[in-house]
Amino acid sequence: MRIKEHPILEFPERRRVEFYFEGKKIYGYEGEPIAAALHDNGIMVYRDSIRFGRPRGFFCAIGHCSSCFMIVNGEKNVRVCVTPLVEGMRIERMRKKKGERES
Amino acid sequence: MLEKDGVPEDFDIEKILPPHNRRKSHPYVVVECFQEIPCDPCYESCPFSAFEPFKHIKDLPRLDYQKCTGCGICISYCPGLAIFAVDETNDKYDLVSIPYEFVPLPKPGDKGTGLNRTGEQVCECTVHRVKKVKNKTHILTLKVPKGMGNIVRHFVPFKTEHHS
Amino acid sequence: MKVELLIIGGGPAGLGAAYESVRAGVETLLIDDGLKLGGQLVKQTHKFFGSKLEYAGIRGIEIPDLILKEIDGAKNFRYILNTTALGYYEDKSVAVLRDGKVSIVYPERLIVATGASEKMLPFKNSDLPGVYGAGAVQTLMNVYGVLPGRASIMIGAGNIGLIVSYQLLQAGVEVKAVVEISNSVGGYWVHAAKIRRMGVPILTKHTIVEAIGDEVVKGAIIAQVDDSFEPIPGTEKKIDCDTICIAVGLSPLVDLLFHAGCKMAYVPELGGEVPLRIEEMETSVKGLYVAGDASGVEEASSAMLEGRIAGLAAARSLGYKIDDYDSRISKLLDELKKLRESPVFERVRKGYEHLKGF
Repeated sequence: MRIKEHPILEFPERRRVEFYFEGKKIYGYEGEPIAAALHDNGIMVYRDSIRFGRPRGFFCAIGHCSSCFMIVNGEKNVRVCVTPLVEGMRIERMRKKKGERES
Repeated sequence: MLEKDGVPEDFDIEKILPPHNRRKSHPYVVVECFQEIPCDPCYESCPFSAFEPFKHIKDLPRLDYQKCTGCGICISYCPGLAIFAVDETNDKYDLVSIPYEFVPLPKPGDKGTGLNRTGEQVCECTVHRVKKVKNKTHILTLKVPKGMGNIVRHFVPFKTEHHS
Repeated sequence: MKVELLIIGGGPAGLGAAYESVRAGVETLLIDDGLKLGGQLVKQTHKFFGSKLEYAGIRGIEIPDLILKEIDGAKNFRYILNTTALGYYEDKSVAVLRDGKVSIVYPERLIVATGASEKMLPFKNSDLPGVYGAGAVQTLMNVYGVLPGRASIMIGAGNIGLIVSYQLLQAGVEVKAVVEISNSVGGYWVHAAKIRRMGVPILTKHTIVEAIGDEVVKGAIIAQVDDSFEPIPGTEKKIDCDTICIAVGLSPLVDLLFHAGCKMAYVPELGGEVPLRIEEMETSVKGLYVAGDASGVEEASSAMLEGRIAGLAAARSLGYKIDDYDSRISKLLDELKKLRESPVFERVRKGYEHLKGF
């Protein structure tokens, strides 16, 4: 959900672009962090935790906590809270594979 | 309770209100600032120099009610949104001006609910005047039942189909 | 790349430092890992306290441009965004990462103004998506214009918890409650009074015990606490919400200072490990200055002042002639001292007393 009207802020018009989440075409604004576009689309789970496979998502919003790692255009461990959205990007969750070692 | 949740009690408010006859003679502002935070824009904002000069940045604001006209210019300058203006000069109703930073901005004539300092719905009120301010802390003047001028501190408009 | 002064962090402290160093003539490079200059100012939609020197009455979001307009376009100033400082090395170089490439900067002086990060709170399911840092929610709403959810609760009634609660209301998100473990609000009373009159309960002596949900947050269970801050069985209450904001404090971001070998001290009142420094903000490593929350968690107003002090001091140590240096520094120090004299900064004052002991 986007803020439509705000008492203090004005959000400038930006270019709406398509990108892909797990192969499905969705939309966001060019240049905003990937996480903002995902959140607007109701996508909250970004990956599984390494050890216990627990859902992980947005947390700190400033690139410090590593909760929001995803696969972006095939590259793993991209912090989507600080990576700008580019038209046509392919975003995937980092899922824990079955049988992966639980230390 | 101030120390617990920042809400002043009746006796805290009584301490800062001007004397009874001054309240009846012309409008006045109520500065609900009870904590020594480093802050002085109210002093700088008053065109009538009604705030006494600050000796220290942490001083609580002190008003000279001989000078205060109740104009309410200071309302939109206070970073804590803690200043209100009250007009008790009419026998039939009170007017209270509050800072308002929500959308949509109500229009004169709009009706809604008046909330007290703890958010309880206390009366119906009508928007009497809307002052749009450049810094976006707009000022709503509400017409409230007699005696409610120092009770009502927030406004929630009734839902109408007119607002987009 | 060689540069006279490198400032790491473009928040209130870094901008304050650049304001002074650039005007003194120092060749200044400022880097920031954000997409926008201003650090956490870019989401502060509320008006600042303080006096004119700290932009009192001005909304935080407007301050970066006000500072920048004084120095932007100067030949001796450059800032680069989306750039992260990775490390500090023995030869006094700093490795920086930008667009996936690492480069090395050799600064003659360095000002670390990296700010702070939000503290986390452990409770059952506290790792579920929907549990966010309050500052993160503020970024999502106020910088990117995206709502975190429809209904929220706030854990912590310090200034961040109280301010973000108000900003959630402004954005149209319901705030079901502010939950505070101690018996009183820690933030300014006026911030608390503001959300109370809008009907938000502030539940003191309460804490969160559990987030409800499998994949994402669907609710929260809160409970009263006893005098040792332990939840009291039988007092649990369920709140329906999709967003749980955590506002339980900040920790200084001091990794680079540890890299550099700065002498550090653990001062809980200032948020954790902080560097020892002299009044002019130079650390135990010569030529390395610190400013803002990285030197101890305070307020944006004090961060700007510390930045200005560090900027001036670094400029003079580089050999730049600064008119009235002593009086300018003491004016800034005096302003800083006055801010801290307010009873609301008792914790900060204790922290500095504590730090003096090291």
